[in-house]
Amino acid sequence: MRTDHTRLRIALAALLALALSLGIAACGSSSDSSSSEEAEGGGGAIVSNPENGNVNLTIGSKNFPEQEILGEIYAQALKAAGYKVKSALNLGSETVALRAVKSGQISGYPEYASTALTSFFGLEPEEVPSDANEAWEKANEEFEKEGLQAFEPTPFASANAVGTTKKTAEKYGLETISDLEGVSEKLSLYGSPECRQRIDCLAGLEKLYGLKFKSFTPVDISLRYNVLEKGQADLSILFTTDPQLSAESDKFVILEDDKEVFPAGNVIFVTKKSTTEKAGPDYEKTILQVQEGLNLKVMQELDARVELEKQTPKEAAAAYLKSAGYTE
Amino acid sequence: MSAFHPLFASFGGAIEFILTPQESNVTGGKKVGGLEKAIELTLKQLEVTVLALALALIIALPIGLYLGHRGKGELLAVGLGNAGRAIPELAVIALVAALIGVGLVTVTPALALLGIPPILTNAYVGVRQVDPATVDAARGMGMSELEIIRKVELPLAIPTVMGGIRGATIAIVATATIAPLAGVVTLGDFIINQSIYGENGVLAGAILVALLALTLEGLLALLQRRLTSDGLKLQTA
Repeated sequence: MRTDHTRLRIALAALLALALSLGIAACGSSSDSSSSEEAEGGGGAIVSNPENGNVNLTIGSKNFPEQEILGEIYAQALKAAGYKVKSALNLGSETVALRAVKSGQISGYPEYASTALTSFFGLEPEEVPSDANEAWEKANEEFEKEGLQAFEPTPFASANAVGTTKKTAEKYGLETISDLEGVSEKLSLYGSPECRQRIDCLAGLEKLYGLKFKSFTPVDISLRYNVLEKGQADLSILFTTDPQLSAESDKFVILEDDKEVFPAGNVIFVTKKSTTEKAGPDYEKTILQVQEGLNLKVMQELDARVELEKQTPKEAAAAYLKSAGYTE
Repeated sequence: MSAFHPLFASFGGAIEFILTPQESNVTGGKKVGGLEKAIELTLKQLEVTVLALALALIIALPIGLYLGHRGKGELLAVGLGNAGRAIPELAVIALVAALIGVGLVTVTPALALLGIPPILTNAYVGVRQVDPATVDAARGMGMSELEIIRKVELPLAIPTVMGGIRGATIAIVATATIAPLAGVVTLGDFIINQSIYGENGVLAGAILVALLALTLEGLLALLQRRLTSDGLKLQTA
């Protein structure tokens, strides 16, 4: 009996020692801001076609706000055109999304042309055409080999960007990414977990700019401004469509990508050819119609509604469709 | 379509991914995976798990034992414990990250939160189950309340207490896969970055987490055997 107690005591002591080797510290605060502007567009209202009523469509998207907003816009517009529409707006990555299209689990989803070309078709970032139509045609050509197709691109383009606070930029005299030469060793970079090894992200910064950073820390995409505000990150991977960049232009800046490591991508809607045939002409027509109004300013504004004003992607999409006159 | 489910087809690929670095589409020629990386991430997963478990233990075990001893706060111990199981871990990490930033300081308490309910509930229930006559006898022998907990109740409650700790460990080690979203690169890196590592990498990550969980479970089962008093073993045998 006695030895058991001793053992127990030793075990507890060991656990306690382990626990005591923990240290917990740190604190901070948070702030927010908002902006609002009405979206503008054209093309007239979407007309509901009763013939579409027996066509079922499932619109997908990847799982971050801009994608979810786009998915909602397409889904709600197609519903307005008379289709039976479901949505699956939480696909983890482009590989998952593409496979869902191929297997027919979703009818289609919005993808950045640059991502399609680099991730699906193995292009190096510098090989991605900077012209939106050229990039789309190139991607569509590749998609067609697999029985898929991509509709024409949106007016706006989005790209990854190296961002920092105005303070840090001024302190080190940073305007372009090349300006990081010589100082990047002192700076910590934060980005999405997949950024570390991607050639259109950290791997490209290291390989094509020859930069070495003090550290790279992976964080959820939604924390990309948070880590800058908290002062944890000196640099953070942002998106050029981020509403924070215009709403808080006195706080955050992005560094110009002077060697074009981050190809800009306009959004193309990826779907199966057979789906387009089955769904009839209103499918492509509706999608192209509602994305006409999506220029950079409008997209930033929509992103702001969700990221800064905490509307749901559904609400933001509905507001866009209404204010642009596509729906009542 | 092959005759096998695609999962089986890539099992060999996953093992290969663990053993030797593989090509990836999006890395610009740099290889990914491999044994060195697999070990590095596994150790990180272990580190996060041990830290979180330790934190959960120092919080939940004393409270559970004390409440069980006093026979009070059943609502707190069991209710809180059960409610705690419904905590959405990702939301907790996002919340803590928004408050204090990212890194081990965020991930550890967030994961510990997951371990607290089973440890607390089991410690409480384990102690409550001890025969009141035994406790009275101990008191009659002149033991202090603290001695009763330490020398009588805890030893008798060990199987139940350890059951809670084992449950907590499994929950924590499995959930530590989301740590890469808050700055700590665990095995979850393989799992959430399918675009880099491919399906083989995802499966490899899952296999490694499962192996780690089984190993920890085995070690704790061994520890439980050693901690359980011989008398108790005879009783259950």
